[in-house]
Amino acid sequence: MSAIFIMIGASLLLAIGFLIAFIWSVRSNQYEDDYTPSVRMLFDNTTIQENKQETNNKTKKTK
Amino acid sequence: MKVIEKSETKTTCYHCGEDVIEHHYHIEDKEFCCRGCQTVYEIINKSDLCSYYDLEHNPGINQKQEVRKGKFDFLDDVQIIQKLTHFQDDTHQHVIFYLPQMHCASCIWILEHLDKIDSGIIKSQVNFVKKEVTVIYNYHETSLKKVAEDLTIIGYEPHISLNDVSSSKIKKYDTTTIVKIGIAGFCFGNIMMLSFPEYFSLGKSDDIGLETWFSYLNLALSLPVFFYSASEFFVSGYKGLRQRFLNIDAPIALAVLITFGRSLYEILSGTGAGYLDSMSGIVFFMLIGRYFQNRTYQTISFDRDFKSYFPLGVSVINTDGIEKQISVSELKVGDRIKIHNDEIVPADAILFLGKATIDYSFVTGESLPVEKSIGEIVYAGGKQTSGAIELEVVKEVSQSYLTQLWNNEAFKENKEEVKASFIHRVSRYFTYALFSVAITAAIYWSINDSSKIWGAVTAVLIVACPCALLLSATFTNGNMIRILNKYKLYVKNASVIEQMSEIDTIVFDKTGTITEQGKSEISFQGAELSSNQSQLIRTLANQSNHPLSKSVVSFLPFTKMLLVKNYKEFKGFGTSATINEHFVKMGSSEFVLGKDAHQLVSGSRVYVSIDEEFVGYFIVKNAYREGLGNIVSSLGSQFDLKILSGDNASEEGFLKNIFGSKSEMLFEQKPEDKLNFIKYLQNHNKRVLMIGDGLNDAGALKQSDVGIAISDDTNNFSPACDAVLSGKNFTLLKELVNYCRRQKTIIFASFVLSILYNFIGLFFAVQGDLEPVIAAILMPISSISIVLLTTGLSSFYEIKLKKLNPDKSHY
Repeated sequence: MSAIFIMIGASLLLAIGFLIAFIWSVRSNQYEDDYTPSVRMLFDNTTIQENKQETNNKTKKTK
Repeated sequence: MKVIEKSETKTTCYHCGEDVIEHHYHIEDKEFCCRGCQTVYEIINKSDLCSYYDLEHNPGINQKQEVRKGKFDFLDDVQIIQKLTHFQDDTHQHVIFYLPQMHCASCIWILEHLDKIDSGIIKSQVNFVKKEVTVIYNYHETSLKKVAEDLTIIGYEPHISLNDVSSSKIKKYDTTTIVKIGIAGFCFGNIMMLSFPEYFSLGKSDDIGLETWFSYLNLALSLPVFFYSASEFFVSGYKGLRQRFLNIDAPIALAVLITFGRSLYEILSGTGAGYLDSMSGIVFFMLIGRYFQNRTYQTISFDRDFKSYFPLGVSVINTDGIEKQISVSELKVGDRIKIHNDEIVPADAILFLGKATIDYSFVTGESLPVEKSIGEIVYAGGKQTSGAIELEVVKEVSQSYLTQLWNNEAFKENKEEVKASFIHRVSRYFTYALFSVAITAAIYWSINDSSKIWGAVTAVLIVACPCALLLSATFTNGNMIRILNKYKLYVKNASVIEQMSEIDTIVFDKTGTITEQGKSEISFQGAELSSNQSQLIRTLANQSNHPLSKSVVSFLPFTKMLLVKNYKEFKGFGTSATINEHFVKMGSSEFVLGKDAHQLVSGSRVYVSIDEEFVGYFIVKNAYREGLGNIVSSLGSQFDLKILSGDNASEEGFLKNIFGSKSEMLFEQKPEDKLNFIKYLQNHNKRVLMIGDGLNDAGALKQSDVGIAISDDTNNFSPACDAVLSGKNFTLLKELVNYCRRQKTIIFASFVLSILYNFIGLFFAVQGDLEPVIAAILMPISSISIVLLTTGLSSFYEIKLKKLNPDKSHY
């Protein structure tokens, strides 16, 4: 029966870990904006490469 | 009604999605409605950001209204930079801009790729809910002004007002409530789990050691709930008692205290397991309810004053004639200021140079722009509409005619504190009833079995705490607020719903409230125009940006533009040009006919002559909101209707027609007059709902029991108020008010349900043997069924609104 004493304690500690993680996430304002991240994650990353030829691309028609 | 003739080959602008009327602007196969949209496309294309157009169709913001160059010059001022940026080190500055134009995924995309447009920008991050973008930039490579201009170029002109620098700091996002809920939920769940053996063996277990171990763990887990999560009930209850007012939090705090005390006693003395599970559960549910109720619409600010309407910077001309941008708050008496077209006059000033045509519609309610000549005083808040003018400041910003209104005492008191919600009243009766039950039980047991007194009394107080009442109220309000938001009525807090259900008088402002802002009704007086004439007039009108010219353009049928020669614009008078060998003139009667035709008629007139021959005139009038007649007659049967306008009485006849002759109508009301009139009505025991839109209504909105600001674009400025209603849903007003009236019905219904549960609980409690398991079963069941009942009922009553909803779009 003594195993259960330890197990309950361990489970509680684990749960407290999650509670701390939750509090940290709230405190660091992760719940402040609950909409933008859902849109942001759908953006393609392909266009974010460095675009160094910007100066060469000044004409309107070439892309 | 605005009449727009659609061209045969209907195309829409690739950038903003508006119909393309003139097919002038195109790049490859992409058509644009105006020069501005084309420019934005070029910039976006150049920066290789064309995914902007792939994410959403025509995501752009219409660029027909150009932004004056040098508008953001004031952002070079070191002091202003310091106030606007919220972080700075040797190279970087962080700034948050409010961009009301933000509306779709494409907006987020382009605003998060600002670094491509300006290499000095390091990172930009959008908060879509608040319509804000945080920009981090290197201020050696770029500047605050440049960033603002970059945003403006791509169509997102940042909204910067005096408020941004004068209010202490940005409202911090409040995390405590969520943390409190999280902790209460965590403890509740774990206590429940640790109480399982207790529930199943119903109090008797083989292993005493295990039972005590669990009990002490429970006790430890309940401490954060009792001391942290539930603290707001104690604080609020205590505050109420100190002001000799028994609010709903006091009996709740008492119940929590007694539950905790008794549980503590039972655990420490080893006589039982206590009711800690019920206690933490109820705290958890009540906190969720509060959170749900207080989650009002984030992007709308309900306590704006003139500071958010006024611009931040103004051009001052010093003695050497050099223009310099300074902050409005630094304006001093005697300063010479320059106000450009479409800018707001920030302080009372005397006109020095130029032709002033001031649009006061937002400030005083006058529907037509007022012409001012040199030497006349121009009051703060007016918007200049005819070119640049120079003025000399005669009063500081805070002392001006308009801002004085905010010194009125109505702005100092807090409405919610003055009026106690009926929930508190009900809870008081509930508390008295509860105490009498407890005392009766105590007397009964003192006669029959005195050992049971203590148990019975505490059990009664534990089981029948008014938390059910609080839960009913918070969940009903929360869901109603959510539903009202859906119909574009954004209420400031839950007490507004209750206030709304008690009103009996509705006072309307005229300009911008029952008339539609920026929309006008136009008609032509004179001989019928030939298609040739109409083409000439339209071509001329199209040259000017004056609002009247724009109305004329939209009124006349679509034609090709002709070649214009000798175009001249006489600010404040009119325009003239030679088109197809015809000399066309349009403008005021003074300008066109050479004489002043003084007539007291509603609407402004645009006179037209072709080859010095008078052809006729256009009458441009404010357009009343669609369906005004219907809504007024249906409201009239239920409420007293009144009109309180800052405008002149020229429309009185028309309004009497709609509102009926019995309705009181007051015209030429100053802001203070409006406030005092509301006060007068309230002194005669009226519950007043004020509906207005402008700064001149601010006092009346504040004084009234419920002040609703009408706004055609909810992102625009609206004065301090209790609720903001979208102009599109004005016709729903009656249903919305009646919906709010359901609030009490719903709360009472769920309260009756909770009393049924209470009776069951009390049945056990008065006998002195309330098993923790019964409390632990009753508590969640009653809480959950209350939540279901309130949300269900409030959604059920929505049906009527749903049927009538004219505007189904989400945003």
